[in-house]
Amino acid sequence: MEVYGEKVMDHFRNPRNVGEIEDADGIGRVGNPVCGDIMELYIKVEEGTIVDARFKTFGCGAAIATSSMVTELVKGKKIEEARRITNQAVAQALGGLPPIKMHCSVLAEEALRKALDDYLQKAA
Amino acid sequence: MDNTRKIVYLDHAATTPVDPVVKETMLPYFDEVFGNPSSLNGPGQRAREAVESAREEVASLIGARPEEIIFTSGGTESDNAALKGVALARHREGNHIVTTAVEHHAVLESCRFLEKNGFSVTYLPVDADGIVDPDDVKKALTDKTIIVSVMHANNEVGTIQPIDAIAKIVRPRGIYLHTDAVQSLGHIPVAVHELGVDLLSASGHKFYGPKGVGIIFIRKGAKFASFLHGGDQERRRRASTHNVPGIVGFAKALEIAVAGMNEEAEKITRLRDRLIAGIRERISDVRLNGHPERRLPGNVNCSIAYVEGESLLLNLDMEGIACSTGSACTSSSLEPSHVLSAMGLPPELSHGSLRFSLGRNTAAEEIDYVLAVLPSIVEKLRAISPLYKKKVKAQ
Ligand code: FES
Repeated sequence: MEVYGEKVMDHFRNPRNVGEIEDADGIGRVGNPVCGDIMELYIKVEEGTIVDARFKTFGCGAAIATSSMVTELVKGKKIEEARRITNQAVAQALGGLPPIKMHCSVLAEEALRKALDDYLQKAA
Repeated sequence: MDNTRKIVYLDHAATTPVDPVVKETMLPYFDEVFGNPSSLNGPGQRAREAVESAREEVASLIGARPEEIIFTSGGTESDNAALKGVALARHREGNHIVTTAVEHHAVLESCRFLEKNGFSVTYLPVDADGIVDPDDVKKALTDKTIIVSVMHANNEVGTIQPIDAIAKIVRPRGIYLHTDAVQSLGHIPVAVHELGVDLLSASGHKFYGPKGVGIIFIRKGAKFASFLHGGDQERRRRASTHNVPGIVGFAKALEIAVAGMNEEAEKITRLRDRLIAGIRERISDVRLNGHPERRLPGNVNCSIAYVEGESLLLNLDMEGIACSTGSACTSSSLEPSHVLSAMGLPPELSHGSLRFSLGRNTAAEEIDYVLAVLPSIVEKLRAISPLYKKKVKAQ
């Protein structure tokens, strides 16, 4: 089994912000083409700031931990700031991921990007 | 994790602990009887006697002759030797090999290697329970076929193949039949002449023997090219100084396993069925993978829909339960189990597959503990799963 660091295990064990937002301002749904896992990210935006973020993920330990972490990272951020969050940043915030699990963090980045696109489209 | 807690070990198909009696039997061969069996001196001859009596013991337990047993480094070597050894020895007679889509990687990768070196290989399909149809074997044979390799019991789903029926088709045509018996030897009856095989592979650590030792049975007169060249060991079919403690341990472990087989299989089957029934009672949308009856006593493999196997595994591990999964996320290739795919399982179900393999020391309380812990883990993961939500909405 992959060896995950303490922080990854913490987010895996107690994932933050699990769930959906009924009246979300942006939704990002992505499937991981590598192993077939799925993530959904919901954001609530007020005056250009992300005030809430929630997720649902079908995937491995790293996928769940990165989903949890990305929701933590975006909360309180301006849309433009949130756009600059990369999968590496998410992985770093978790204290790193085993190389074979880096693709799982891409899932989180893409879900975030899609949710932001969705918000901008709806807002336009 | 709290190290004082007892681990509920349900991964016996991966490996088993060495039986204490086996360990005791092996110990003198590390430093007392340490001679080289190929040496003519006294210490060497004592070691040789130990190897030869182990060989006789093993041969008699599988219905073979001593000279038909070669000791190897394990199941992988035995599978490699069987496929490559026969391919090389018979390449003038033909270049076609038949095997199945659900073999262990030691067989499949050996076949792929041979494909790159001028052989052609047919990979037979299996049905939804993982069983090979002997008729399919028949149809696949050509006048170029030199060997058919079908595993005795599957390592992932425990399905037992109709080897004797396949032998009746294969052998009258002068084609060799090899079976990978790594999962079956020591657990269900294995007799080479009843199975009707020309070659058979097995490994010691799957039945409470040591790691690093296995056997290959090669029927007397069968053509076989060795690929370890050097000394005269194993009638020049496998050079290398004998792993004396390992060989002694292999024989002892097999002797114990065969002596207690009926009783043990009965006990483990009862626990297996209790686990299967319990999972089905407590968790919705579960599929048992593998044949319901024609399966190894200790194997439980099920797919739990809407959740992913690695997350299940990690959660079970945190509760002190050790098992395994066919999920793509845990394989280095990031592809789901080739066995479950061959059985027609969609990727999302392979993804949520768990294998619990029970063993000699598995207790009823351990099964009940799994049944107490698993449902809430599944519930927790389903609450996070976007697939489960869709299912709930659809209803
Ligand atoms: S989501 Fe499948 S490996 Fe991480």
